[in-house]
Amino acid sequence: MSAEYEMVVGLEVHSQLLTRTKLFCRCENRFGAPPNALTCPVCLGHPGVLPLLNEEAVRLGIRLGLAMGCSIHQRSVFDRKHYFYPDLPKGYQISQFTYPLLTGGGLTVRSGEGTREIRIHRIHLEEDAGKNMHAGIRDASHVDLNRSGVPLLEIVSEPDIRTPEEAVDYLKKLRQILRATGVSDGNMEEGSFRCDANVSLRPGGSSVFGTKVEIKNMNSFRFVHKALLFECERQAQLLDRGERVVSETRLFDSSTGRTLPMRSKEEALDYRYFPEPDLPPVVLDPKWIEEERSRLPELPHERVARLSGEFGIREEDAEVLVLEEDLSRYLEEAREALHEYAGKGGWPVEQGTPRLVNFLLSEVLREWNRKGPAILTGSLAAREISYLVALVVEERLSLNQAKDVYAVCIESLRTPREVVAEKNLSQESGEDALGRWIDDVVRENPGEVQSYREGKERLFGFLVGQVMKKSGGKANPQKVNRLLKEALSR
Amino acid sequence: MSAPFTTLESFRKGRDERAFSIEDAVRYYLDRIEGIDRALGAYLTVNPNALNRARQLDNRLARNPANSPFYGYPVAIKDNMNVLGLPTTCASRMLANFRPIENATVVERLLKAGAVILGKTNMDEFAMGSSTENSSMGVTRNPWDTGRVPGGSSGGSAVSVAAGLAPLSLGSDTGGSIRQPAAFCGVLGLKPTYGRVSRYGLVAFSSSLDQIGPFSRCAEDALELTVLVSGPDGRDMTVRDRDPQEMVREFEGSVRGMTIGIPEEFFGDGLDPEVAASLERAREVWSAEGAVFRPIRLPSASFGVNVYYLIATSEAASNLSRYDGIRYGYRSLSSGNLKDLYQNSRREGFGPEVKRRILLGTFALSAGYQDQYYRKAQQVQSLIREEFDRAFHEVDLVFAPTTPTPPFRFGEKLDDPLAMYLSDIYTISANLAGLPALSTPSWPTPSGLPVGAQLIGPAWSEGRLLRAARVLEEAVGFRTPPVSVQTAGGKVS
Repeated sequence: MSAEYEMVVGLEVHSQLLTRTKLFCRCENRFGAPPNALTCPVCLGHPGVLPLLNEEAVRLGIRLGLAMGCSIHQRSVFDRKHYFYPDLPKGYQISQFTYPLLTGGGLTVRSGEGTREIRIHRIHLEEDAGKNMHAGIRDASHVDLNRSGVPLLEIVSEPDIRTPEEAVDYLKKLRQILRATGVSDGNMEEGSFRCDANVSLRPGGSSVFGTKVEIKNMNSFRFVHKALLFECERQAQLLDRGERVVSETRLFDSSTGRTLPMRSKEEALDYRYFPEPDLPPVVLDPKWIEEERSRLPELPHERVARLSGEFGIREEDAEVLVLEEDLSRYLEEAREALHEYAGKGGWPVEQGTPRLVNFLLSEVLREWNRKGPAILTGSLAAREISYLVALVVEERLSLNQAKDVYAVCIESLRTPREVVAEKNLSQESGEDALGRWIDDVVRENPGEVQSYREGKERLFGFLVGQVMKKSGGKANPQKVNRLLKEALSR
Repeated sequence: MSAPFTTLESFRKGRDERAFSIEDAVRYYLDRIEGIDRALGAYLTVNPNALNRARQLDNRLARNPANSPFYGYPVAIKDNMNVLGLPTTCASRMLANFRPIENATVVERLLKAGAVILGKTNMDEFAMGSSTENSSMGVTRNPWDTGRVPGGSSGGSAVSVAAGLAPLSLGSDTGGSIRQPAAFCGVLGLKPTYGRVSRYGLVAFSSSLDQIGPFSRCAEDALELTVLVSGPDGRDMTVRDRDPQEMVREFEGSVRGMTIGIPEEFFGDGLDPEVAASLERAREVWSAEGAVFRPIRLPSASFGVNVYYLIATSEAASNLSRYDGIRYGYRSLSSGNLKDLYQNSRREGFGPEVKRRILLGTFALSAGYQDQYYRKAQQVQSLIREEFDRAFHEVDLVFAPTTPTPPFRFGEKLDDPLAMYLSDIYTISANLAGLPALSTPSWPTPSGLPVGAQLIGPAWSEGRLLRAARVLEEAVGFRTPPVSVQTAGGKVS
């Protein structure tokens, strides 16, 4: 991208809600059932049916509003949005247009070395459509209406995002809030967390918006990043050539990494919104909102602050842990176990926690990125990591040895205890044993010792190596250093 | 054979004294339908299970006493309400073969009380019309003059009660579709307060105006049926939780001391003099019984038709979007792609009046016109509501004609939609204001055509409306049209 353009991005996220039933009927809200198994006359749009609002969906909307600092409107109104499509049984979608449930609020994203606020424009409740299916069918399309009427929150940001990285961080943090509050499972593969982007460019320093393009069909964070980069480059090239960006909707093609035109805004549909006459306005009792506030769990940003304080780590590191809830849970469990080892070994637990966190942020995080959450269970469950860290604190294992053990455990699915025992790895830190090896080495290498004492200091390394060799690699190198120095200065 | 009973009360008595069986009662109506409905066309479907159900009810009655006045009572249902086992066609080619998979709430409550559904009655397609001429399933004739329309859209339900093809029926009223045909056929028709009766299972025309209500020979039966079907069902969020028994309490008594408003806007130009003369006699009856009349103003009501044809068509265009040929209903087979499938199915499946209203409603809601039409209409609707509110500070009820003219001839207004729309000019404002209103028979015209007297009340005042209707009904008496019936036993009338 040419450096003189600034990218302006607004994101629209559709998040399916973790309700037991659909938004306007009592069909089960569940992914993966056989086609049309979860339907009834209401979500099939039969003649004569009426919508019955699921209060649980409203409650989840309130929770998200509280978590994101939105204005929660005591009165919101459902509207009908009309268009014809086979996956839309009634010929209209029940949504909220003029009076949404939530407006305002926002969240903080990482931006380079710092952070930026991304404001929320609005969040409203609506029903999902079904799914058209074309694959493997000749001369026809089939329609699965299991998804028809599943509750959604549409979360619309202000155009405050400036880079693909900010966009991805926004999505990750939003998903984290949705999960932490129990509003959604945020599963992108199953379509319960879907994202569209509005993208435009403008000259750096300008406060006017350029023509925006809507991008759809980005079903992973990686694709969002790719699509935004591609779109930015495409628009920059148009502008560089003095051409106009056309206001249109484009589809991201993950196989080529490109965006392709879908429809122009001139062909845009007239949705003929009007208030849904079958549903009275949603009126919230302020007491209900306060009740939900008191029931909110620890929110991700609160957790970041707490972890960074408790473990003495940078907020960025704490964020990495909190972004992935299973990692932070792992850390907290491991710390619990570390207390036990500290008690048994007679050392203060504070001596171990920094090592534990560092081990987690380096070794565990790397393997987690490679292999996923499976490595946090079984032979490497939280208390096993604590065991390994305790060995390091008690100087029975060097840090490098601990890392090696961890790597072996990952590959072999054995516990650290087993690997340490089998490799006879435990480190020798006892001063008696170390002193014997050191005395032997001093006696056996009189020439080198003489030269060292006369000033040839680089021979110290050679002598340490001899001690390590004698110990079969088990000697604690820090202790060998100290004791050898003392011996040589005698 | 003459009718073994004419009202719910006489039915209950005869049933409990075993003067006749439920099977007898149901067979009587089925025979009459068989005998004369070919000439009238009130029914689209006769329930093939009606006799079976009657026998089952008789069997149960032998062991347990009936727990409801409706136990065994035959009822006809307008063909826009779902009855399990029977088609719901809305008199449209679009739904000619549609069979619902559950009952409407009103039907469910009737069945639970033990009623027997006789069949489904003809109507204007999707309830759009004032003469039942817009049915794609055939003609329904006015039993008082078979060259005239029965009114609409609930023409079949009105005729079924007027001609003795059912003692009681249900219709739906969006702009007058119960009251106007009731007036044309000489029966009582009540449109309850919006939110009184669940619309679940009623095929929607205009969701904010539609309301289900009874056709009956007397006020008491209308009351009983309204009480039976009223109240929340957990499926229609627009139903309010009002105690139906308050209608029963308000039904008791006379009109003595009641103040009845006469809106001058409803008695001016355009009102047929024979209708006006009949209504003057009705007024005298109520006066003689102690009611006090006073003039009131409802200036915005004269815009009712204009407002109605924007709001009702906007909602109709939306409600009828679901008939797309994809999941059920009529599908054009001559379609090569999705767009053709939509267009051909809707072009071939809907009749001309339905198309006209979909077009009008789509236009009224389209981008750039919504403020001018739909929103403006909503503002006038609020004015109409406020004017009624003000009026009901001064009066207990409002008295008005139901229709500007007696029933008109077939074809008379079919090619002039505006003239047809104006036949609802007096009924529409009650729908726009969400108020309960009824039409009860007044004296016929000199040539014997029925005339309806309309009463409009404040929200939830159905009991009061019916009380006043009963007073008039006692003076006028129920008239039976001169139709002859062919039965196995020969010709009877």
